[in-house]
Amino acid sequence: MSTESSGFLGWIDERFPLTKVWKEHLSEYYAPKNFNFWYYMGSLAMLVLVLQIVTGIWLAMNYKPSAHDAFASVEYIMRDVNWGWLLRYMHSTGASFFFILIYLHMFRALLYGSYRKPRELLWIIGVIIYLCMMATAFFGYLLPWGQMSYWGAQVIVNLFSAVPIVGEDLSIWVRGDYVISDATLNRFFAFHFLVPFVLVALVFVHIVSLHKVGSNNPEGIEIKKGPKGNRWSDKAPADGIPFHPYYSVKDMVGVVVFLALFSTVVFFAPDMGGLFLEGPNFQPANPLKTPEHIAPVWYFTPFYAMLRAVPPMFGSQFPGVVVMFAAILIMFALPWLDRSPVKSIRYKGILSKIAIGTFAVSFIVLAWLGLTSATPIKTLMAQVFTVLYFLFFLLMPFYSKMDKTKPVPERVTK
Amino acid sequence: MKRLIIASLLFLAPAFGYASGGAVHLEESNIDLADKESLQRGAKSFVNYCMGCHSLQYMRYNRMGEDLGLDEVQVRERFIFDSETKPGNLMVSAMRPEDGEKWFGTAVPDLTLVTRWRSPDWVYSYLKGFYVDESRPYGVNNAVFPDVGMPHVLAGLQGMQKPLYGEAEGEGHQGPLEGFEQVSAGTMSPEAYDGMVRDLTNFLTYAGEPMKLERQRLGIYVLLFLGLLFILTYALKKEFWKDVH
Repeated sequence: MSTESSGFLGWIDERFPLTKVWKEHLSEYYAPKNFNFWYYMGSLAMLVLVLQIVTGIWLAMNYKPSAHDAFASVEYIMRDVNWGWLLRYMHSTGASFFFILIYLHMFRALLYGSYRKPRELLWIIGVIIYLCMMATAFFGYLLPWGQMSYWGAQVIVNLFSAVPIVGEDLSIWVRGDYVISDATLNRFFAFHFLVPFVLVALVFVHIVSLHKVGSNNPEGIEIKKGPKGNRWSDKAPADGIPFHPYYSVKDMVGVVVFLALFSTVVFFAPDMGGLFLEGPNFQPANPLKTPEHIAPVWYFTPFYAMLRAVPPMFGSQFPGVVVMFAAILIMFALPWLDRSPVKSIRYKGILSKIAIGTFAVSFIVLAWLGLTSATPIKTLMAQVFTVLYFLFFLLMPFYSKMDKTKPVPERVTK
Repeated sequence: MKRLIIASLLFLAPAFGYASGGAVHLEESNIDLADKESLQRGAKSFVNYCMGCHSLQYMRYNRMGEDLGLDEVQVRERFIFDSETKPGNLMVSAMRPEDGEKWFGTAVPDLTLVTRWRSPDWVYSYLKGFYVDESRPYGVNNAVFPDVGMPHVLAGLQGMQKPLYGEAEGEGHQGPLEGFEQVSAGTMSPEAYDGMVRDLTNFLTYAGEPMKLERQRLGIYVLLFLGLLFILTYALKKEFWKDVH
């Protein structure tokens, strides 16, 4: 190292690269200067992950993962534990906000082509993070042991039994029983506690990967390939600014605005009209009484709608299950499906704009369809929008290539 | 692009509207959680008329007393009628659950969270919705909860009513329920009964989320603090970003 620090920091630096890490990832990490609204989501998602882990640990101190006590222990937290209601509402609201942020974060990547070379691996790690989040949310949703927890888990785990040949054994292996039971609750609690720490590790890898390739920006210009030299360093990209202090202070503003929105829900509408906390979940799980209408929490409903849209074939739900998982797995291929010469939507042509608009609308409509009970017209809508969802990916190699693009400037100006 | 997204959302807006809407018409309960006297009356009615069978198994007597502005002596006097129950106990009915199943043909639900999985309006309408129906084991049915196993416990107060149906749409169909007609008087006037049921609903809504008023009060302070913090962080950001712009 060229700049040796002395004193206590020097002592540390000789044994651990503290100053080096600080510089490489914060004070001398050069990010494009033109980040906009969409670039708050990543850091906010990290904040929510921490919030979920901290509130989660405190909830776990009072929660009892047994079929007999789980529901009552949640009400015990809500009523008898000091600030327990706040921990619980922060945790349940945090789950929904985590998904809102991640959906916006992913949509940002779609808009500005942040998945394109050289960020393919960054995108792939991101999709793995998303999968882990979904797993965590699914495990966690069983824990309150309400009617919707129970029957939601029942429906989803039953999907495994649709797998040909091994299905029945597989679903029993997942549940640890023939139905969702105490054994299932226990293992789901164990996983719900474990997977968030895997998430932390993955987020770490995500950021290491990001800092290797550098951040993309709304213009889709590679600032590392542009001219060098700014007022902080001769070797740094001319259009880059040090993450710290510029983006650290900017993100602080984002954090405050986010916390205001978050607090509004936590303190004034923790149920969010039955969207964040579903009404039937205030009834304890009853294995003998199926609720009239089973719907997963809103963040899973686009995929649930796809599942229901596919009719059973050869007496098996398996095709629907395949479609549902394919909807997520197809995201892994995205970096290689986009053949456009430009990254950002700002320089792409009308075809790409129509495609991404249709995709966004499909996702939202499917989310809504998944929340409501199926009728013939809604099933037809779900089928149409499922096809549109997949066409966004499958036709991308063609429309992205055919599309008329605008020339991308060399420097970041806006 | 943005316009396209907004236009598509507006196009879909009516569809979202149809998503809500229930089958039964519910009367508005018009409850007020800040009205402590109403809550106290509701608690009294609950203990007198409901707790014979229904529990509030997540609610403690003393917590309720604290929130309703009653001290421990008052709680003991008004709500606890035996020597074994202590104010720190949960409000559990003395009826054995297996007896309930035998008598009513179904498990008697705990009511702590009833307003959260139904709604306050549902509870209010339900308590006003009993009517004469000789085909049922206890001679009554309910407009909000058809074929409910519960007898009309409050019949002595409300009296009995029979349903009035509107024009039927087809042969063999019954028209929609349009209202009730009193067939026998109770000890309370209809207005007094409505008030009593409203107090009861208010109390059950309180029991469903005892910290509701506290969280709203706290929320105001949290938002005020964040507002202040926003001004500071925004000024800080502006100061730093002077050299970038």
